[in-house]
Amino acid sequence: MSAATLAGLTGALLAGLGLYGLIIQPDPLRRILAFNVLGSGVFLLFGIIARRGAVAGALADPVPQALVITGIVVAFAATALAVALLVRLSGETSRLGLPAELSGQTRGDGADD
Amino acid sequence: MIVQTLDIGLAALVLTLAGWTVLAHATFPAVVSYVAYGLLLSLIWVRLFAVDVALTEAAIGGGVTGVLLIGAASKLRKAALSTTERELTPPLRWAIAALCVLATLVLATIVLSLPDPPPTLAPEAVQNIAATGLGNPVTAVLIAYRAFDTMLEKCVLVLAVVGVWSLASDRYWGGAPGAPRAVTWDGALTFFAQLLPPLGILIGIRIFWIGADEPGGAFQGGAILAAMWMIIMMARLADAPAIGERWMRIALAAGPIVFLGVGILGFVAGWGFLAYPAGFAKPLIIFVEIFMTLSIAATLPMLVAGPPIRAPRP
Repeated sequence: MSAATLAGLTGALLAGLGLYGLIIQPDPLRRILAFNVLGSGVFLLFGIIARRGAVAGALADPVPQALVITGIVVAFAATALAVALLVRLSGETSRLGLPAELSGQTRGDGADD
Repeated sequence: MIVQTLDIGLAALVLTLAGWTVLAHATFPAVVSYVAYGLLLSLIWVRLFAVDVALTEAAIGGGVTGVLLIGAASKLRKAALSTTERELTPPLRWAIAALCVLATLVLATIVLSLPDPPPTLAPEAVQNIAATGLGNPVTAVLIAYRAFDTMLEKCVLVLAVVGVWSLASDRYWGGAPGAPRAVTWDGALTFFAQLLPPLGILIGIRIFWIGADEPGGAFQGGAILAAMWMIIMMARLADAPAIGERWMRIALAAGPIVFLGVGILGFVAGWGFLAYPAGFAKPLIIFVEIFMTLSIAATLPMLVAGPPIRAPRP
């Protein structure tokens, strides 16, 4: 088995692990972490496609590589926004996650301290 | 043979760290494990001969994301778990695990049955690279062949900053997102924050500069410059800038504005939207990349710093 195939299989396992964490973790920060693991697994799948596309003059297909670089930066931007939302939410409610009452009735900020 | 063993060991290590990130009981060890995971993942990218991606993954995926998440974990330590989020029952857990195993198996099957010979755009990318004046095909894809993607991605970064800032309280609007400059300094962090930036800034500019021909470029160089600024702010050697500062806003928007401006210039001058004139492509690309690097170096620390927490000075 080549290094590229091994990396591809690692990517598949990482995507599965990340998906599992995303569903079962109750803590939103852990979900953000799991989502990033899922994302990096998908990026690795791009990696094997890039490596298989190697020709004389390029050790790996540059197009998937460029897509992954763009993807990493966008994933970071999304993570930063998610973290900022989470920190703001926990500051308002002293809790992680959305309490059930919020969906039913209108309340003032921080009323459940 | 040795290389094969190393590859398997590396994959096992990465998977163990990912498993720990996902399954560890406490949040803080999970975050620390994620940082180590990002760094080791970049070694796998090196093994795939994708050094540009490896640099980006190490700098942004591991480093800057790590700082962001460690900061978040320490801010959220006091917050209690929401009561509505119950632990899942074991049968449901097993069902979810089965679903995820299925997803993994599908992906693994795809990996093992990829078409042969593989479809590739590498020949086209290599054949036409002379027209851009660049030597690194990845940079050529990012800044020339698929310039529109990269330009939109710069806009996404600016939008993310707008999103983060919009979470500020009214009374802090226009203020600074971090602690003020410290009065006295001591400790290892101050020492490192004085030692690293002179070297880091040189390395960041160098990685940006050689990106035209070697692995590197605006993203990677900009991320290293951003890391240096973050270290200085963390050690409180300098004030975090107020988000209302005009130079701050200009630095954030310069990358996409210059990129778009050059794109429109091409439209007006007749060589095409986001295209470069033959013979003058490289200087124009470097010009755009300088502002992109500047914008990335300003954007990443602002995204990590979060919304302002101090009222603006009158």
